[in-house]
Amino acid sequence: MKVITANFVTCAVKECKTSAASFPLHFQDAELEQLELDLQPEFIRNVLPRVDWDSLRITATELGFPALPETKPEGDALNDDQTLKDLHRLLLETSVVEGKLVCGNCGHQYVIKEGIANFLLPSHLV
Amino acid sequence: MLPTPDTSHVSFDTIYEPAEDSYLFLDTLSSTSESQWLSQRFSKSDSSASNPTANSIPLVVEVGTGSGVVLAFTAAQSQHIFGRRDVLTLGIDVNRNACLATRETVSTAIQSEQKPTQTPSPSTLSPEVTPLQTVHAASITGDLCTALRPGSVDVLLFNPPYVPTEELPRLPSESENDSSTAQAMSRSAKFESDSFFLSLTYAGGADGMETTNRLLDAIPEVLSGRGVAYVLLCKQNRPSEVMDRIRAWDGWNAESVGSSGMQAGWEKLVIVRIWRREDSPTERGTL
Repeated sequence: MKVITANFVTCAVKECKTSAASFPLHFQDAELEQLELDLQPEFIRNVLPRVDWDSLRITATELGFPALPETKPEGDALNDDQTLKDLHRLLLETSVVEGKLVCGNCGHQYVIKEGIANFLLPSHLV
Repeated sequence: MLPTPDTSHVSFDTIYEPAEDSYLFLDTLSSTSESQWLSQRFSKSDSSASNPTANSIPLVVEVGTGSGVVLAFTAAQSQHIFGRRDVLTLGIDVNRNACLATRETVSTAIQSEQKPTQTPSPSTLSPEVTPLQTVHAASITGDLCTALRPGSVDVLLFNPPYVPTEELPRLPSESENDSSTAQAMSRSAKFESDSFFLSLTYAGGADGMETTNRLLDAIPEVLSGRGVAYVLLCKQNRPSEVMDRIRAWDGWNAESVGSSGMQAGWEKLVIVRIWRREDSPTERGTL
C-alpha cells in the first residue's frame, strides 16, 4: 500500500464520517518498504493538486519522514529538485507492508498485512 | 485490439474468473465514444497552466475487483481511455485473495505496458514517447465505498454481484479472510468456504440489486465534482428503471453506454454511466 493511499481513505464507521478526527487515519507500528522508481516530476506536480497537504504532513511525520513544509509547494517550488525527490520518495517509492491505520475519532484499528489494509468492520461496528 | 491483462497467476477457487461482463467493461471503456468522452473530461491541456488543478491526476477506483482485470486494463490503457499516461488506481474487494490478485494483475499490466516493444520498425520510431506513469496506489479489503474519503473518486467502476438470489450473502469476517484459516481446513470445509466467497461475486439478493443499490446510494458522496461512475446491470436489474431513478436525483445524469447479448429483444447486460449534470452547481467546481 503506497503512502499516498492514506490521503484517499477514512474510517469506515458511518458515524465517524462527519468527524474531522477521522481523517487522516493514523499509522501505527508501520513497517515500510522502499522501491526505487524513476522520478517523474510531472506526476508529482499533477498529483499535488489532489493531495490534502495537512493530512499528508501528519502521515509523513508518523512514518518517520522529515517534516514537510507547512504549505503545499506551488509554482517555482515545484521545479526544485530536492522537493520533487522528497515527495516522490514519500508518495510513490514508499509502501506500508505491515502495521495499522487508526481512527482518531473511534479508535478502530485497520490492520495492514502484506500491504493489504482491511477496512471490513467487525459486525458489531456495522 | 488492446491487450487483455494477464490473469494467469490468479486462482479462481474464490475469485470471479473474467467473463462476458468483465470484457464488456473493457470494450465499453475503450470504445471510441466512451474514450473520447473520458479524454475530454480528464486529459491534460497545455492552456491550463494557470489552473494547475485542471491537470490533476484522476483517481480511478474499482469496487469488487476480483481478478483485477478491469482495473488493470484501465491502468495500462490510460492513454487510450483517458488521454493521459498518469492515473492513480485503487482497488477494493471484500475478498482478501482478490485484493492480492488485483495488486499483481494491475502491476503486471502496467509493467508490460512500460516495456518497450521488442522490434520497433524504423517508421514507428517516434521522438521520445513519455512512458506510462500510472501508479497503483493500493488494493484494500473493504465494503463498497465505506473506506473512501468523500469527494475523492474521479472514476468509479463497479461490476456488481447482479444475479437475483433469494438471499444476500453476508460479508466475510476477518478470520474467513485469513489465508491460514483456509490452509487448516478439511476438503469439505474448504469447498464450503470457496462456495461462500464465490457467492459474493454473483449473488445480488432481491432483483439482484441489493448490493448495487448500496453502491448507488454512495455515489453522490464519494465522487469528486468531475467524477463519473460506471455500473454494470443485467436485464433482471431493470436498467431503465434504475436510470430513471438516478435521473431523479438532484443534478445527476445516467446513460447506457455499452451493452451485450440480445435476449428476447433486450440487451442482457448494460453498462450505465452516472455523472453530474453540466448545470449542476458542483460540476467541476471541486476536485
